[in-house]
Amino acid sequence: MDLDAAMEKIHDGATIMLGGFLGVGSPLRAIDKLAERGVKDLTIISIVNAHPAGNFDMEILYRHKQVKKLITSHSGTCQIALDQWAAGETEIEYFPMGTMVEKMRAAGSGLGGVLTATGLGTLVEEGKRKLTIEGKEYLLELPLKAEFAFIKGYRGDRFGNIQYRGVSANSNPVMATAADYTVAEVNEIVEVGVITPECVGTPGIFVQAVVQGNTFEEHQRAYTDQWVRAKLLK
Amino acid sequence: MEARELIARRAAKELRDGQVVNLGIGIPTAVANYLPEGVELILQSENGALMFGPTPRLGAQDPDFANAGGQPITLLPGAAVFDLAASFGIIRGGFVDATILGGLEVDQEGNIANWARPIAPGKYTPGMGGAMDLLAGARRVIVTLQHSSKTGSKVLKKCTLPITGAGVVDLIVTEKAVFEVSPAGMVLIEIVDGVTVDDIRAITEADFTVSDQLCAYQV
Repeated sequence: MDLDAAMEKIHDGATIMLGGFLGVGSPLRAIDKLAERGVKDLTIISIVNAHPAGNFDMEILYRHKQVKKLITSHSGTCQIALDQWAAGETEIEYFPMGTMVEKMRAAGSGLGGVLTATGLGTLVEEGKRKLTIEGKEYLLELPLKAEFAFIKGYRGDRFGNIQYRGVSANSNPVMATAADYTVAEVNEIVEVGVITPECVGTPGIFVQAVVQGNTFEEHQRAYTDQWVRAKLLK
Repeated sequence: MEARELIARRAAKELRDGQVVNLGIGIPTAVANYLPEGVELILQSENGALMFGPTPRLGAQDPDFANAGGQPITLLPGAAVFDLAASFGIIRGGFVDATILGGLEVDQEGNIANWARPIAPGKYTPGMGGAMDLLAGARRVIVTLQHSSKTGSKVLKKCTLPITGAGVVDLIVTEKAVFEVSPAGMVLIEIVDGVTVDDIRAITEADFTVSDQLCAYQV
């Protein structure tokens, strides 16, 4: 499937998980295509916000005013998101990062919720049930799912098997399990069998569409340009 | 010596060879530059790596290798990579020996506030990221911060900003002093040269006792 065909399913008001961590391991082509398609009132679920140097990954969705709500653990890297939030144009809901991961894992793995001590005694516990298990107190955190997930892998095959590379798996594997329809953007689409079984990071049964993203050369150039622009390389 | 460097150098002295350590953004990141001779850490990056190395030079960067600040990194021999579920399993599961975090405020009950500055009523930035999980799971919590802001002491009786963790802080390192924190209260254990206990009392809102082993700031 190509990205345009996958994107036709996305409607105004959709709830969408975006894999990646400050732009690393992010589905850059899919995000640009979401911006181009112009769908509005999106609820975006992303573990953190855009790369701190700006003009990269999901920032464009704010520039185009497409985000109704963001569910995240951290938004301090994206000033335009904060400005729109302060002005009441968009919402942000925070969860601790590890809690957010487990909420998505619960949604994808048939659990009714998770118990965690993270956030006890803070604003995070407001409105949540507390349970005491063997003398220790925990917060009950409920599953977090989405209609769509856009994830990013290194290579993918037509079964949907996805291989990750380096430190870029981050939120992608868990999001792949927690959405009704998961689109994996990859640097290279390969024949079935090329990704050896032990290198499959996300089994194909979690993935509904594999689409060609930036080639590996384009991928290298995109991050090198961003890091050079942000003066992050020695 | 500049305050931030002094704090980083002092905090580095808390770490032991072979420990699994997670360093926060800012002053804590600099701690890695001042480790004592013979101390090699297993640094954890919450976006999914153990044993990351220095920033690559231009030409050696890899688009899929970055730290929790979105900055390019290298990995050392023996490194491991994993997804966020494993990464926060490590953090909450008690496998992190120590975390060093920055703070907006700390208090004498071991509370720390470092995730929420108000930008509008009920709206806070930047968000807690992985800090609440680290505070809930790390075996030892070291907070590095400058002793005072423009408006006064950052070492308080009670945090005024929304807290990130309740009763979790073990050690507070500022550019003036070092305090141990326990359920029994805050204890002053080190002060910098040329500063008296009274000077520390004058710039510290929190109540504290003075250790009978009070000594000079170790750098």
